[in-house]
Amino acid sequence: MTGPSVSQGRLLVVTIVGHDRPGIIARATGVLAELGANLEDSSMTILRGHFAMVLVASAEVTADEAQSALATLAGTSLSVSVREVPDESVHAPVGKPYLLSVHGADRPGIVSTVTAQLSDVGGNITDLTTRLADGLYVLVVEVEVPDAADVGALTGRLADVARDLGVDVSLRALDTDDL
Amino acid sequence: MSDPTDDSPRLPALPAGTVRAVLRAPAAGLAVPSVDVDPLDPAVVVLAADLLATQVASAGCVGLAAAQVGVPARVFSLDVTGHPRARTCHGPFVLANPVVVSATRWERGREGCLSVPDLTGDVKRATRVVVTGVVPGTGATLTLETDGFEARAVQHEVDHLDGLLFLDRVAGAHALHPRRVYL
Repeated sequence: MTGPSVSQGRLLVVTIVGHDRPGIIARATGVLAELGANLEDSSMTILRGHFAMVLVASAEVTADEAQSALATLAGTSLSVSVREVPDESVHAPVGKPYLLSVHGADRPGIVSTVTAQLSDVGGNITDLTTRLADGLYVLVVEVEVPDAADVGALTGRLADVARDLGVDVSLRALDTDDL
Repeated sequence: MSDPTDDSPRLPALPAGTVRAVLRAPAAGLAVPSVDVDPLDPAVVVLAADLLATQVASAGCVGLAAAQVGVPARVFSLDVTGHPRARTCHGPFVLANPVVVSATRWERGREGCLSVPDLTGDVKRATRVVVTGVVPGTGATLTLETDGFEARAVQHEVDHLDGLLFLDRVAGAHALHPRRVYL
């Protein structure tokens, strides 16, 4: 055994989706650790009973090699995909952060209609979660709104589309306390 | 700069402070509980002045715990003067051996830390606190009742004295965020 070292080679995006059960993360990340891959950012959650993982790892192995190694998991009703991505430089925020909350009776088109209002003013979504709970649909969005955008007008347009959709909407500044 | 001639009871005359280097996680010193100090010890008085000087020299910093400059002593400085999110403001002060004696009206808010510069986290904190401690240099007991931003800052600094970062208190697995600074 060689000592642990942090790989600096390729950047791989690993996506694993499938039936949720205990142990998926331990086994998948165990395979990646054996390959010498170093996990960087990741998000893992359960979406209506389906386990969903997206992670970025740096590794010396190719995407195909990682995919093959992870294929041992795929036989267990998991869908695995690995691909190489460029090292993206993190772009500067386009504006101040806001938190948008939408909730109401479920129907198609809520996310597309609401997020279209954000993109129309040049807003950049940095995080988004939706949950459907027994007919109640909830959408929470973190969005950077450019200074050039009229937040009052945006709030008005969001209220308009919310009324058409029959949902409630609120937009508030998302402040960070630097301590 | 903090005024060394300030004669308010909260902040006695202190020597001119020296800016010290601030530790960044994962520095081991940030995870170690600090120990009570003698508030009349000249080294503690120098530490108090240095914390204020370091805090002033660090952009966007309103408070600093001794652990953040690598000293495992239960001392922190704070100054929320002029901060747009502050309601109650006690100006610059330094407390030794502080104890939060009352904490009520808890709210979740997003906070950042000089020692964890690239991340922010959603943390539940009391919006009303009473903190008591000893003023370095005079030995006087100081009890402050505060709220909002200053209350959050007090709890954040006292956490540092217990070897805790906001990372230890994030409200959930999706309550940790990359810092995106828009100026």
